[in-house]
Amino acid sequence: MLEINNLHVKLEEEDKVILRGVNLKIGAGEVHAIMGPNGSGKSTLSYVLSGRDGYEVTDGSASLDGEELLEMEPEARAAAGLFLAFQYPVEIPGVGNMTFLRTAVNAQRKARNEPEISAGDFLKLVREKAKTLKIDAEMLKRPVNVGFSGGEKKRNEILQMAMLEPKMCILDETDSGLDVDAMKLVSEGVNALRGAGRSFLVITHYQRLLDHIKPDFVHIMAAGRIIKSGGPELALEVENNGYADLLAEGI
Amino acid sequence: MAVLQAKLDALQARLAGLSFAPQGWLGAARAEALTRLTAMGLPGKRDEYWRYTDPTGLNVAAATPVALFDPRDEPPPFDAIDRLKIVFVDGVFDPTQSDALAMDGVVIERLAGAEGADIHWASGLYGVLEARGQNPVQRPLATLNSAFASDGVLIRVTATPSKPISLIYQQKSETSDVILHNCIKVESGAEVILLENGAAAARLNHVTEVEIADNARFHHIRAQGRAHSRQSNTHLFARIGRNAAFKSFTMTANGKLTRNDAVLELLGADSVAHVAGVALGDGAFHHDDTVFITHAAERCESRQVFKKVLKNGAVGVFQGKILVKQGAQKTDGYQISQALLLDGDSQFLAKPELEIYADDVKCSHGSTSGAIDETALFYLRSRGVPLREAQSLLVLAFLAEAISEIEDEVISDDIRQRLQSWLARHEH
Repeated sequence: MLEINNLHVKLEEEDKVILRGVNLKIGAGEVHAIMGPNGSGKSTLSYVLSGRDGYEVTDGSASLDGEELLEMEPEARAAAGLFLAFQYPVEIPGVGNMTFLRTAVNAQRKARNEPEISAGDFLKLVREKAKTLKIDAEMLKRPVNVGFSGGEKKRNEILQMAMLEPKMCILDETDSGLDVDAMKLVSEGVNALRGAGRSFLVITHYQRLLDHIKPDFVHIMAAGRIIKSGGPELALEVENNGYADLLAEGI
Repeated sequence: MAVLQAKLDALQARLAGLSFAPQGWLGAARAEALTRLTAMGLPGKRDEYWRYTDPTGLNVAAATPVALFDPRDEPPPFDAIDRLKIVFVDGVFDPTQSDALAMDGVVIERLAGAEGADIHWASGLYGVLEARGQNPVQRPLATLNSAFASDGVLIRVTATPSKPISLIYQQKSETSDVILHNCIKVESGAEVILLENGAAAARLNHVTEVEIADNARFHHIRAQGRAHSRQSNTHLFARIGRNAAFKSFTMTANGKLTRNDAVLELLGADSVAHVAGVALGDGAFHHDDTVFITHAAERCESRQVFKKVLKNGAVGVFQGKILVKQGAQKTDGYQISQALLLDGDSQFLAKPELEIYADDVKCSHGSTSGAIDETALFYLRSRGVPLREAQSLLVLAFLAEAISEIEDEVISDDIRQRLQSWLARHEH
């Protein structure tokens, strides 16, 4: 599904190297978690994969189902099936949440030469998906993320994911700012989307999220590289001992 | 202070080809306007009120010819709306394209030929609100209009008509230089929607005087034509009674020079005056919204909401003033002017002003200019929305507050579609 080879990335504006040779292979239907201390490059990895400006790839490659990702525009990556759930979902005053969702769904369908979804079918679908995430009609009507609580914003990210049905989902610290109940709700939303054809890359600081979204593989990232990979037990090790031992090992 | 000779010289040059019929009440009103005009001269570049907009193109004796604009891909605005159509071609009333000037609840007459008719209510309005609007700031182009307007409509609204009245200004001559003047009186308890659209002329001088009686409501939605090189100045004068409403929205797309003045007086308590506009400019575009709202009664609300989208060196101007007179307690005044600059070449000049002589009022104003929000743009693109569509969506979102000033949803949808189609044609 997703294959990252020797990815080196620096900031475009300054001479700061962030990723120093990331290698990662995610198979179809697999859930991978990346953990790591602040500043290790986790979020940068998610931004570079989804095509945000401001980064320069100096070496390496990333592909989605064999398609070279890094040359594509962000919208093309989305249409190819990549989805990033933002750590800080963006507020867009003046654009209704429904309009936003429908525009996105139809844009992706158009890019894939599929017919647009009818207004009626869309409404039905969005209501159904919103209900399971406990997103009420009022939230759907409001401008995108404007006035949403932290939990509402994250639920709205998962709603977008559910509507767009991507094959590769990257969750960037989706647990940040969530209370226990909200985390459970969001995780249930994510788990409902798990399946043979869909893979996940879950970026998090804490093992707690991984109690809800159980990963197949866990990777530890530090100073721009993946320094250790293993099964779910690796996350528990971090939870118990912190990163210090792993970092020492990695160096 | 003596009037600058240059302003008087400009006036003499401008008057060369103009004349009016001196008969009747209208002739008298025109003569009175000419007297006032002669004392003022035409606006000059040094006038504070013309600080950001060069009036030369509006002053000169002959209009600069402009190539006719071919709207091709888009039907005219309001086409799908059931309305009473009144069509002017290059400023001349066209009976063949117009509906019969009759509808329940309204009396409509043409200005041309009105000098012989005894239209008592209009004689109390024509040039009268314009003259009131000369203080504290002179607006000579409006006075020129009162003296020499060739046509227009006089509309008296006695009850609420079943459909909007639509004034359509077509331009078919590359050299048309047009002066139009409308008077509208909305009587107590009545409500009316006035639509206006069209490029009108190579150069247009347009005045509308509106009197809104107690408990009456007036809605005005205007789509200024898409012709690129046209020059126009418009004045909207309104006097608003008690518990009444005045709401005006203008969409301007293109136009080499547009100056829209609105001079509104809230004279009765518990009334509202809203004036809003969106302007879209690409390249040779100079658009000036100048607003003066006077609160002279208690518990009135005024809103000024102006949004401009500018690119390729387009210039936007906003001069907005709220004057709260002594005794106009509990005034609620709001003013916002914002520009979205789509590149580094475009410019927005804003001068918000508040002058308050009452002590229990709420007045707020804000003015901003900035670029499109890159984070929001990336967010939309990451969801699969293509760059240009995402930009258009964000531009429309920026304009939303102004568009929402239009109460009628069918009309606001029409305006929104027009904006969308302009954005699609002027992709970044």
